[in-house]
Amino acid sequence: MGTQRRFRIWRGDTDGGDFVDFDVEVNDGEVVLDVIHRLQATQAPDLAVRWNCKAGKCGSCSAEINGQPRLLCMTRMSTLPPHQPVTVTPMRTFPVIRDLVTDVSYNYQKAREIRAFVPPKGVQPGEYRMQQVDVERSQEFRKCIECFLCQNTCHVIRDHEDNKARFSGPRFLMRIAELDMHPLDAADDEGVDRKRAAQDEHGLGFCNITKCCTEVCPEHIKITDNALIPLKERVVSLRFDPLARLLRRGRR
Amino acid sequence: MTEIERHDFDVVVIGAGGAGLRAAIEARELGKRTAVICKSLFGKAHTVMAEGGIAASMGNVNSRDSWQVHFRDTMRGGKFLNNWRMAELHAKEAPQRVWELETYGALFDRTKDGKISQRNFGGHQYPRLAHVGDRTGLELIRTLQQKIVSLQQEDFDRHGDYEANLKVFAECTITDLLKDGDTIAGAFGYWRENGRFIRFDAPAVVLATGGIGKAFKVTSNSWEYTGDGHALALRCGAALINMEFVQFHPTGMVWPPSVKGILVTESVRGDGGVLRNSEQKRFMFDYVPDVFKDQYATSEEEADRWYDDPDNNRRPPELLPRDEVARAINSEVKAGRGSPHGGVFLDVSTRLPAETVKKRLPSMYHQFKELADVDITTEPMEVGPTCHYVMGGVEVDPDTAAASVAGLFAAGEVAGGMHGSNRLGGNSLSDLLVFGRRAGLGAATYVDSLGPRRPSARLTDVEAAAQRAISPFGADTDGEIAENPYSLHQELQQTMNDLVGIIRKADEMELALKKVGELRRRADHVAVEGHRQFNPGWHLALDLRNMIAVSECVARAGLARTESRGGHTRDDHPEMDPEWRHVLLRCTQDTDGGVRVERGMQIPMRADLVDLFELDELKKYFTADELPGGTD
Repeated sequence: MGTQRRFRIWRGDTDGGDFVDFDVEVNDGEVVLDVIHRLQATQAPDLAVRWNCKAGKCGSCSAEINGQPRLLCMTRMSTLPPHQPVTVTPMRTFPVIRDLVTDVSYNYQKAREIRAFVPPKGVQPGEYRMQQVDVERSQEFRKCIECFLCQNTCHVIRDHEDNKARFSGPRFLMRIAELDMHPLDAADDEGVDRKRAAQDEHGLGFCNITKCCTEVCPEHIKITDNALIPLKERVVSLRFDPLARLLRRGRR
Repeated sequence: MTEIERHDFDVVVIGAGGAGLRAAIEARELGKRTAVICKSLFGKAHTVMAEGGIAASMGNVNSRDSWQVHFRDTMRGGKFLNNWRMAELHAKEAPQRVWELETYGALFDRTKDGKISQRNFGGHQYPRLAHVGDRTGLELIRTLQQKIVSLQQEDFDRHGDYEANLKVFAECTITDLLKDGDTIAGAFGYWRENGRFIRFDAPAVVLATGGIGKAFKVTSNSWEYTGDGHALALRCGAALINMEFVQFHPTGMVWPPSVKGILVTESVRGDGGVLRNSEQKRFMFDYVPDVFKDQYATSEEEADRWYDDPDNNRRPPELLPRDEVARAINSEVKAGRGSPHGGVFLDVSTRLPAETVKKRLPSMYHQFKELADVDITTEPMEVGPTCHYVMGGVEVDPDTAAASVAGLFAAGEVAGGMHGSNRLGGNSLSDLLVFGRRAGLGAATYVDSLGPRRPSARLTDVEAAAQRAISPFGADTDGEIAENPYSLHQELQQTMNDLVGIIRKADEMELALKKVGELRRRADHVAVEGHRQFNPGWHLALDLRNMIAVSECVARAGLARTESRGGHTRDDHPEMDPEWRHVLLRCTQDTDGGVRVERGMQIPMRADLVDLFELDELKKYFTADELPGGTD
């Protein structure tokens, strides 16, 4: 049978809150979300937590476990120190709604401000041709399950609410990189400059590549190395290299 | 009563998975003001869980493929109980729907010549599933989500408002549909975040709410799968068909207990993985049913040759349709030849190099590594059946997705008929797109046909809906004990799992109906604590009613169908009976709130479609009268 563990869960809402301690049974092989569900069923029926798939695929159950940004459904109890309470708090970067549930609407606003994929003119559905090697870079970024843990951990906005207006965070800078690396994106033809947008509208310059985002990514996407740094390099060559600018203009 | 937030739309789509988003895109592109309502955050719908791929006969890997072959496979998979018109439309339109995703920005895995790659899957004659590793559902949902954003950007450019014509209502649950006489007039629900009520006035409602898996204990489904759309349809007078057919996916995780039921993609077998019992035997060779004898290999040597030379060898029996594989695993475990934790072994480690496994099945590699401490590149997985999909759903017109209630449409898993008695893997994602689009089109056309005349809901109905929604707070328990929604849910799941599961018997289903009836009565006395702000106990109390209603449908229809076919296996009636093939069991709501089951007849298949099959094959399924040249 299971062992007893102490859980220290932040409970509250927009008016504030505090930690509440629970002693709860934990069984072999369980993840933190299992234990939260047991608490709901037995001790705290109105404990608010967001979750969907419980299989690490939807990115809904993001929170902080012992201070670390994690998915509740992919954190096994056996990986946590056995003789101390398990602390669970909501993501710090987003406003609390209730208990472990935060208002993540910032992310949806940013998503909407990135110009969508522009289909190439004159290429009919069914006629798209791309090589695997060329789609792989963007495919890595499309593994993103939008758990927003990278957004939560990014120090540019984690304790700097005022930066949110000018900075879209690693998830959405990566989205720009993904579109910029899409072999058939025709944004150029529409006069949309993705690199300039990344720099001027989405705050790429704020990022000083500390790789915190990469460390917390449950999908193990190399956000910094494969998306943000290459995007920065592209921006730099665009800005300071007159030859690159000329070539770019010629290609259009 | 306090003022209720109110919105006017042309089309309201309930559900934001593949079908809902595709329906919304279509309705918006046809100029209709459209709302998408999702129970979760935008982009979290159950569609993200789909792993293997999307079936479409593009013929990129094997040019012999065609819509006719896909149609045949789909009908065989469903044991010929499918609505043939839906299967026809699906097979014909799936390639266009997949190609269209590329114009929205999707990035599928590629063939050497740069086309969309296609992989093998159970029941599909040729490599047919477009895929992105083993996360195809995520690609689908993200692509549709981003297409919605692009339409909103168009509206912003034109009107200065992203939400001028297409608005997403996230974390919003619909509890009742509103009618004007016999016609749909809108929907009523609540915001999960603050518990406030919200009312939509709209002449057309598209149900795209997915399935019912959370009524079962062991399931691959997410919490949202509580049969909401099924129950909403029932309550507003529409009929559900084929509810006895529930698909148990053969390969769910079995250990550790907390992850029991999580899906292990069929791609593992499509890419070469094999099933073995505790005696290390590839037992599937013993379970090829007569109807499939000609299409499956009889020796391991032939099966293994098939991967490289499919034209001259028959397919491995691991790739039989899901119902067959699930039953076989069930039998092996019952016969005492199971794995230590009550499943069987699924092994890809001795079949493919480690690097190939990580490349083709990255999510599976991580899932087992992180949740079960199993390295699938060096050791076998333990797997067993898990409740995965309901074939039954709202009875719709195949071409327009219209239900029998005017103004109501349904697409995706919540709609019934397309998959007959058993769905083939990969046919779900294509179903979502083909019929999602058709539902959006059907709804838009219906709205146009109304002209300026709009149905309107009665205030008393809205107030009654509000009353129903709030009743778990301060429930009047009539002197009986207040019920805990979590406990009732667990009892329901255990009942359905034990008594209406993968193998069924009359006496067990009768017992299940008795228990479900009791649960329905007890659910009236559910009481929840706290207030309306993001209160999961309250949310579950409301979802519970829906799960109870669909469970009754499954058990009642299952009891009525005295044969075994696809996702309905009767221990007491083990044979497939041609007299049952053309019978549709139709569930409707009874006056006392229970479920009534009536027999209906399938429309006979069109002659040119019948001609796609050999007579010998049809003889296995059809009655003598139904065969071409029969007595009728």
